[in-house]
Amino acid sequence: MPKFMTRWPGSARAPRGGARGGTERAVPSRSYQILLPIGQMAVFVVGAGALCSAVMLALALLFRGGRADHLLQATQGLGILAYTVNNLPQVLIDGMTIGFVYAAIALGYTMVYGVLQFINFAHSEIFAIGAFCGVECLIALNGLGVLARAGALGACLYLGLALVIGMAGAGGMAVLVERVAYRPLRRSPVLVCLISAIGVSFALQDLIRLTESLTTGQFYRVIPTFGPFDTHLTLFRIGSRVIDIQVKSVVVILAAMIMLVALNYLVGATRIGKAIRATAQDKQTAALMGINVNAVISLTFLVGGALGGAAGVLYALKFTRIDPFVGFMPGIKAFAAAVLGGIGNLTGALLGGLCLGMIESFAGAYLGTYTMGAFGAEYKDMVAFLILIAVIIFRPHGLLGEQVSQKA
Amino acid sequence: MRCSHTIQALTLSALALLLGTGCDKDGKTIKIATQSPLSGATSVIGSDMKAGTQLALEQLSGPLTKMGFKVELAPYDDQANPDTGVANAKNIVSDPAILGVVDHYNSGVQLPSSEEYHAASLCNISPATTNPKVTERGYPEVNRVCGRDDVQGAVGARFAKSKGIRTTYVLHDKTAYGQGIAEYFKQEAEAQGMKVVGFSGTEEKANFDAILSPILAARPDCIFFGGMFDQGGVLFKQARQKGFKGMCLSDDGFDSSDAAKIGGEELLEGAGTYFSTVSGPASVYPDTAKFIADFKAKFGGTPQPYAAQAYDCAAILLKAIENAAVANGGRMPGRAEVAKAVRALQGFKGITGAITFNGKGDLVEAKYFVIQVSSPDPLRWAGNRIDQTLTIVPPK
Repeated sequence: MPKFMTRWPGSARAPRGGARGGTERAVPSRSYQILLPIGQMAVFVVGAGALCSAVMLALALLFRGGRADHLLQATQGLGILAYTVNNLPQVLIDGMTIGFVYAAIALGYTMVYGVLQFINFAHSEIFAIGAFCGVECLIALNGLGVLARAGALGACLYLGLALVIGMAGAGGMAVLVERVAYRPLRRSPVLVCLISAIGVSFALQDLIRLTESLTTGQFYRVIPTFGPFDTHLTLFRIGSRVIDIQVKSVVVILAAMIMLVALNYLVGATRIGKAIRATAQDKQTAALMGINVNAVISLTFLVGGALGGAAGVLYALKFTRIDPFVGFMPGIKAFAAAVLGGIGNLTGALLGGLCLGMIESFAGAYLGTYTMGAFGAEYKDMVAFLILIAVIIFRPHGLLGEQVSQKA
Repeated sequence: MRCSHTIQALTLSALALLLGTGCDKDGKTIKIATQSPLSGATSVIGSDMKAGTQLALEQLSGPLTKMGFKVELAPYDDQANPDTGVANAKNIVSDPAILGVVDHYNSGVQLPSSEEYHAASLCNISPATTNPKVTERGYPEVNRVCGRDDVQGAVGARFAKSKGIRTTYVLHDKTAYGQGIAEYFKQEAEAQGMKVVGFSGTEEKANFDAILSPILAARPDCIFFGGMFDQGGVLFKQARQKGFKGMCLSDDGFDSSDAAKIGGEELLEGAGTYFSTVSGPASVYPDTAKFIADFKAKFGGTPQPYAAQAYDCAAILLKAIENAAVANGGRMPGRAEVAKAVRALQGFKGITGAITFNGKGDLVEAKYFVIQVSSPDPLRWAGNRIDQTLTIVPPK
């Protein structure tokens, strides 16, 4: 039996502590459970950013004097090194933003994998449902005219409301899907669940499409423009170049960080979290210890789905337009991020999401210039996934996966 | 027991179906098929193409009805998908009552589907497919009432030049249509002495961050996007939000009120958003006032681009079928005769102008427009300002 979160802070030390019964003795202080993930995020962001930047700068030095350099000199009047450095801050910000979105989705995959050992492919549609619930809520509010009148604080509150509605819709749908499509197959081979998940995925896509065409007759939904989210905050200046960040990128990053910390706390420092970890380790024994395994599994889907739904609303806020098939690409990438970090491992999902976001952003921004247009930004996913394959070859359990693979 | 009931019911309904289709084989029912995306991303346009055809059949089938024929519409949904289009085309050619097709919004769907029509000598007229290959194959059944991408791309480039654009970044959606038009644009832009600082394709639909970074770093005066509005709208919006102040330029794939919905206010910022197209808003043509009024009364909304063209396609088919039927002594004409009769029409007076096809199925003279997006309100899309109108003969 895998492996889930057994090295999740606190639990790793539990067996050695000789804890009996329900003593909380082995669990470190609660503030530790909040500070640790924040520290991890900071390390991961800085680490992934620094690593990618270093590789890029090394490449820039390598390419100096080459044909790409000359082409840049001719068209834009600056060398490849200056070009790389100039673009670096923006690329890092973009990579971090999309990385946090991937991380929030990846958690849903990894939690379900931890408990049930199968990939919930319907998670990308859960994400889409969250996005639709949140966006429909905002469109309705916009129709009432309240969004236009709201100030900065009001806008944040309305966005918070949309997030809650998106989380509720997505979480509820995830629980329903588990009850209808996965629980009856609990004792079947994992492959059967996988097929069921793919089926649910298609069904949900068309369910969204059907609902939208019956109610609004629209295929695309566009998030209303409101509040201060589209404005730019100036971070700093390099010469005449202003490096700024959109308010909504800040909102996306902050919201994702808060959710990740909350999840960390839930799993690491509460009785419910303990029940989830116990179920992940060994369902039968957990049941013997008086844990309601079905309830815990439903809860896992609820939490994972709610995170996915919130990520959906944030995605819609950042990229403005959604359609019933919006979940597919982010879903696949978040799944890849979960595998990259080590599936079943929550910290791994975070790391994987940030790495994938960074690589994608770097590849998209620099590939075209370095290859003189032979490989444009359209190959960013190829590069990201090639790196992913390389990582998996050398670390088959993912970046952090090995840590958690202990026999339960 | 219950099972056998089901089987009985199924058999009965199958029989009813057989009888139902049997009724069509009296040689007196003529069907015009439409193939357009009725569901999915571009259904806004596809549905109005069908609606335009429907309106034409209701208003213009009088002469055929007098000859004792019953004229019906057979709408098909190609989902903007080549596979679905070909599957539908196979169904269409196997229905002998169908004598003509008003077909396809996407060149990528038209190209494989029309091979089926060609094999069955079934005449088809397209209101919207602009890829040069559509008519360059020289099939006698394939016609279109709109312009071509090779001309349209050049029109866009010359327009940019006329607005003082010196550098441009070209992006496309990697489809036959989008990439094709982007290449024609690039070719003409370079011929006009503009600098093309980048040329790349993407299937990205939401997150253009990574793609926009190198574009903005190159600081072009203009971003050209070859593709559809669902990508183009988002791309332009995000470019503006990242501080791009130059001109946004696209093609006739951008011509949908959903573009305004997706792009919003941002489309009006900076040097503005323009698109070249092969079909103006219906109101631009001299004889469309009645069409627009009838369309509004029946379907409750201003017609999307290509609805008027679809109306004309159906009108031409009806006239050609009538001529062929007269030549056939009042009996149902064959498909090949209909195709010949379509090409034989000279200066057919449609609502979008006089229509004559050349030997390849192109219009002898096609109109091209460059339009500026002038309102973020999707309901006022048809009121966009027309910057240039050109009449150009297709290349030999």
